[in-house]
Amino acid sequence: MALTTQRVDVPVIVDESKCLEKCTACIEVCPLDVLVKNPETGKAYMKYDECWFCLPCEKECPTNAITVQIPFLLR
Amino acid sequence: MNIQNLKTDFLVIGGGTAGTMAGIKAKQANPDADVLILEKANIRRSGAIAMGMDGVNTAVIPGNSTPEQYVREITIANDGILNQRSVYQTGRWGYEVIQELESWGVKFQKDHEGNYDLKQVHRVGKYVLPMPEGKDLKKILTRQVKRHKVRVTNRVMATRVMVKDGRAIGAVGFDVRKGDFVVIQAKAVVLCTGACGRLGLPASGYLYGTYENPTNAGDGYSMAYHAGAELTNIECFQINPLIKDYNGPACAYVASPFGAYTANAEGNRFINCDYWSGQMMLETWKELNSGKGPVHLKMYHLDDDTISEIERVLWANERPSRERFHEGRKENYRTHGVEMNISEIGLCSGHSASGVWVNEKAETTVPGLYAAGDMASVPHNYMIGAFVSGRLSGINAMEYVQGVKHIEPDPDFLEAEKARIYAPLNRPDGVPHTQVEYKLRRYVNDYLQPPKSPTNMDIGLAAFERYHDTLDLMGARDPHELMRCMEVHFIRDCAEMAARASLYRKESRWGLYHYRLDYPDKNDEEWFCHANLKKGENGEMEMFKREVAPYIVDVNLDQEVYDVAVR
Ligand SMILES: Cc1cc2nc3c(=O)[nH]c(=O)nc-3n(C[C@H](O)[C@H](O)[C@H](O)COP(=O)(O)OP(=O)(O)OC[C@H]3O[C@@H](n4cnc5c(N)ncnc54)[C@H](O)[C@@H]3O)c2cc1C
Ligand code: SF4
Ligand code: SF4
Repeated sequence: MALTTQRVDVPVIVDESKCLEKCTACIEVCPLDVLVKNPETGKAYMKYDECWFCLPCEKECPTNAITVQIPFLLR
Repeated sequence: MNIQNLKTDFLVIGGGTAGTMAGIKAKQANPDADVLILEKANIRRSGAIAMGMDGVNTAVIPGNSTPEQYVREITIANDGILNQRSVYQTGRWGYEVIQELESWGVKFQKDHEGNYDLKQVHRVGKYVLPMPEGKDLKKILTRQVKRHKVRVTNRVMATRVMVKDGRAIGAVGFDVRKGDFVVIQAKAVVLCTGACGRLGLPASGYLYGTYENPTNAGDGYSMAYHAGAELTNIECFQINPLIKDYNGPACAYVASPFGAYTANAEGNRFINCDYWSGQMMLETWKELNSGKGPVHLKMYHLDDDTISEIERVLWANERPSRERFHEGRKENYRTHGVEMNISEIGLCSGHSASGVWVNEKAETTVPGLYAAGDMASVPHNYMIGAFVSGRLSGINAMEYVQGVKHIEPDPDFLEAEKARIYAPLNRPDGVPHTQVEYKLRRYVNDYLQPPKSPTNMDIGLAAFERYHDTLDLMGARDPHELMRCMEVHFIRDCAEMAARASLYRKESRWGLYHYRLDYPDKNDEEWFCHANLKKGENGEMEMFKREVAPYIVDVNLDQEVYDVAVR
């Protein structure tokens, strides 16, 4: 199979200046398991564009680092 | 790859609404038993009620209604096809469930005298109990799960129930982060994996922009089928009237007690009841096809304070991102109606009737296998029904496991299942699950979205059968992608069931849910029965009729027809 990578606008934005290195709160609660830590920076980011815009990640973040937007196709 | 072998007395698959309650009730019934909840996500915020709920839709509270009245209303709403005994349970035990939830800290709306403040949304009777502060429901349940010493394994997805000697003996799955193969032996198993929320493709084209929590992909429907259990009423699809594009509830159940209603583009009512039913959906479909669309939830005639109160509820609970959706489009309930659309199809007995066949003890047709919540066929069961059926499964399974022994799983079965699960990892350059899923679900829209036509459904069925080969092209690069691949397998099974069941029932019933253009009328003579399906001896899907069990509450269906059209 031949593959290519497509760019997509993802709904979850993390303010890296506020994201705590030792925290994984958003990653633990996401029902779709789409958030992970960047191993190099220790900051959370949305790795997979599979979001229900349900908000647990945003609500449970201790520093308000997360903003969930309505996914572009629905916005 | 690592292998984890686990053992428990009672295995709960899916720690959502029904599953957390099943675990808690099982431990209350027998504190010495070992109970394990297996959850694909994390029970703290998983499933339909991840962000709580803004109301109970099926509360039977003494002084307001009786279980018999409730059974009557659901019998009429579901065009007579149901097992009244299992619906009765929701009416019988719902009050106790609500009281227990309250004792754990869940808040329900009360009037100034301290009584539950019930609202009428159904055609007849008051069954809706608002929960303006319902947002932490799942956190509260998680606390109780811990307190009752129920074991929990998060981030493991079940893929198959193990069956041996004619009974359920556990389940197989894998860790969606580490990739471990997980084998769990159990004396009894309950499936509580929610709806099939990813069957049709949303009009937005976004795979996860569904009404249901998209993590519920029909896993339990497919697992029950492969375990040999019967499923029923699959042709009675879930179709909802939803906020266009957002694809979530508007929500008339919250707003209509305040005076809001569904209206056509002229601002006029065309239905006299906002309770979701197939008949209501058919009226909506007709209105949209009459030139009087689009339809909208109308609130702009209400005063400012009332609208603010509605906003407070809608924007804190259940689907709180509604607020930013409207904001982004500069829409305001004070000036705009909420534009509504007819959703894509799904399977869910919480809303309609499509599910795994269960009796009033939450037993499926496979000994030792129970089903509860949205995936178990107890029509219109909603959240309280999920709690009640979870409770029944937990209590009854604890009785069943007395004297039952663990059985060693069949090594050939385990090898075959391991090969099936991990195959996409051997093809990292295979077709991505997103494309395979998109096409499958577009076929579902093209060929199964009502109104249903026979040749369309035949073409769809052939496409779903061929799709086995397409599944073999799928590639994955990590355990997360593997989870999505396995979900596509589940969705394919559900699509085939939906096509076969819809072709089998040669009449129309449940309004839009099963509206066939070639048989537009109800035909009680031939079809006053369940259409059930199961995996036959040769591995093919078999359809057959099952009689409707004798009623325990008399209803004269010739006189009582569910009709909500404004004429
Ligand atoms: C948007 C929305 C609004 C609603 N509003 C109302 C309302 O106002 N009032 C009302 O009464 N009802 C309402 N309902 C219905 C009600 O929420 C459901 O009927 C009920 O919560 C279903 O419970 P459940 O246990 O079947 O499913 P869920 O609570 O969704 O639980 C299913 C669980 O199974 C897990 N799971 C899935 N597959 C697997 C697998 N393969 N392995 C392991 N785990 C798995 C999921 O992660 C999830 O935790 C609403 C539903 C939705 C979606
Ligand atoms: S909004 Fe929901 S699905 Fe999306 S990243 Fe946050 S928790 Fe996950
Ligand atoms: S919850 Fe907030 S602080 Fe914690 S990892 Fe996520 S973004 Fe960072």
